[in-house]
Amino acid sequence: MKRRIPMMIVSLTGILMTIQYFVPHPISEAFYNNALDWLVIIGIFAMPLGIYSMVRMQFTKIQRKSKGWGYSVISLISLFTMLGLGYTQKCLETGTFFMKIFEFIYIPIQATMFSLLAFYIASAAYRAFRARNVLATIVLAGAIIVMLGRIPIGEAISPWLPRLAAWIMNVPNMAAQRAIMIGLGLGAASTAMKIVLGIERSYMGME
Amino acid sequence: MANYQRYIWFTVLVAAAVSGLVSAGPVGAQEPREVRAFDRANDKGDGIVIEWEELTETEQAGTRDFKIYRSESPEGPFLPVGYVEPGNHRFVDTGKPVRDPDAPEGSEGEETGLEMRRNYYYEVARRMNGQEYRSGIIGPVQARPQVIHLGKLPIMIGTILFFLLVALFIQLARHGRVTYVRPIAGMSEIDNAIGRATEMGRPILYVLGLGAPDEIATIASYTILARVARRTAEYRTDLIVPCNEPIVMTIAQETVKNAYIEAGHPDAYNEDMVFFVTSMQFAYVAAVNGIMLREKTATNCYFGKFYAESLLLSETGNIAGSIQVAGTDEVAQLPFFVTTCDYTLIGEELYAASAYLGRDPLLLGALKAQDLAKAIVMLLIVIGALLMSFDIQWLKDIVTVNV
Repeated sequence: MKRRIPMMIVSLTGILMTIQYFVPHPISEAFYNNALDWLVIIGIFAMPLGIYSMVRMQFTKIQRKSKGWGYSVISLISLFTMLGLGYTQKCLETGTFFMKIFEFIYIPIQATMFSLLAFYIASAAYRAFRARNVLATIVLAGAIIVMLGRIPIGEAISPWLPRLAAWIMNVPNMAAQRAIMIGLGLGAASTAMKIVLGIERSYMGME
Repeated sequence: MANYQRYIWFTVLVAAAVSGLVSAGPVGAQEPREVRAFDRANDKGDGIVIEWEELTETEQAGTRDFKIYRSESPEGPFLPVGYVEPGNHRFVDTGKPVRDPDAPEGSEGEETGLEMRRNYYYEVARRMNGQEYRSGIIGPVQARPQVIHLGKLPIMIGTILFFLLVALFIQLARHGRVTYVRPIAGMSEIDNAIGRATEMGRPILYVLGLGAPDEIATIASYTILARVARRTAEYRTDLIVPCNEPIVMTIAQETVKNAYIEAGHPDAYNEDMVFFVTSMQFAYVAAVNGIMLREKTATNCYFGKFYAESLLLSETGNIAGSIQVAGTDEVAQLPFFVTTCDYTLIGEELYAASAYLGRDPLLLGALKAQDLAKAIVMLLIVIGALLMSFDIQWLKDIVTVNV
């Protein structure tokens, strides 16, 4: 019963939400919006669980003096500082200490992480484009044409280069992407159906 | 009056009449013709469509715009509810605020309000040369909600057919008539990767991605997590599941806990295996990368919804020398995973993973149905392309969705 009831709720909700998609009536829309509201409400209630989990995890690390426990100290100090400032100051007002920390510490750190992507793309591209076999050579040739075709020098080398690059992107690349998208659509529908029918139960830890 | 004077007066009168005809036109020729108003199809009762005869480019000359009026009574008052460019001949009244083009810059239009199941009357006025030429009153017309979205009919039929196909193959699987399933290289490697981690005595990192808990990719990821957790429970290998979303964390905790119970090792389950890190994308990346490098994870699994963080995570794992298996339904992220991971589940293979790992006949049946549906879609694409090459439209008309 402990598992049957959640499964029945999942099946019923799944069927209702499928029907809802085909019904434009205001009642159907209200039902959908209500479900979304519930998702937000559950999300809000889950947030304290998340924070509790994170704090517990970091405390345990500090207690056990696990590897890198210093980072845990910084994490907890940051968490409680922002929580404290959030409660005592108007968070979204410019010029507050809370916003200064956000603008001058958090945003640059985030930008730094994001900027790492440029270097990671370079190293990943180097590995991907090594011409080890025929397929890798085709990938390399395609990449060179597309890259050259999208910069001004490509046009200078040959006016055909940008056209070839556009063709690669619009025809073979698009065809492959659409093939994946069609597979994804069917796969998603199939997975949803398996969940609704109660065949797929492993999300509840069941075989 | 002399004859020549009469002739001059006659000429002047004819000229005046002709000039008047050019500037104003004959009575009844300037107003919008064939105006009709009707309920917008496939909506929740919040739209009325007003259409009139399309003007040719020559007829459009001098037209400033069309002004649409609405009233609840044929006697009026008629209030403006929209303005349409001269080239258009259709307006959908949804009751949203409408800004008068003559109103000063920055001024907001007023909400015109449209209630369902209420009688409305319309007039369309053509504005030209500082005058309004009104069409006459049209109506009554009501905005009514529809029970079925007929534009989505092809999707509905497709869904029902697919549902029947899945049901048929599940029945066949129940009777043991579905045995062979296409091999997925990445799937068989998951078990090997867990074995490798066990041999090395190092943990396994499982990342559920940044997706919301209700996304299919995340749900598919729970199913793989359950299998992975079962294996780690059997092999007594450490499992680390850092989560980006509290609800995902809660479900993942339950999934892992149940998997350990099912595997017969509830004692091996530790609540700290699945934990929340942060909801912020790059902060999450920093935390997970830190875990990879500090804990020296032997195997990294990335299954779910991934965005810009995909390469940051998998490239770090690659640098750390971990065996990596990934799967996502984000097409844009697949090249990054293919480049940096040892095995990548492409597209719907992520959804097929659960069936492949579990070998449950029912799940395999659904997988078979999915493959057959894909073959049918491929066939339809080829037939459709051929038909369209010969300008035969019927197949296109059947599958077109009008949302």
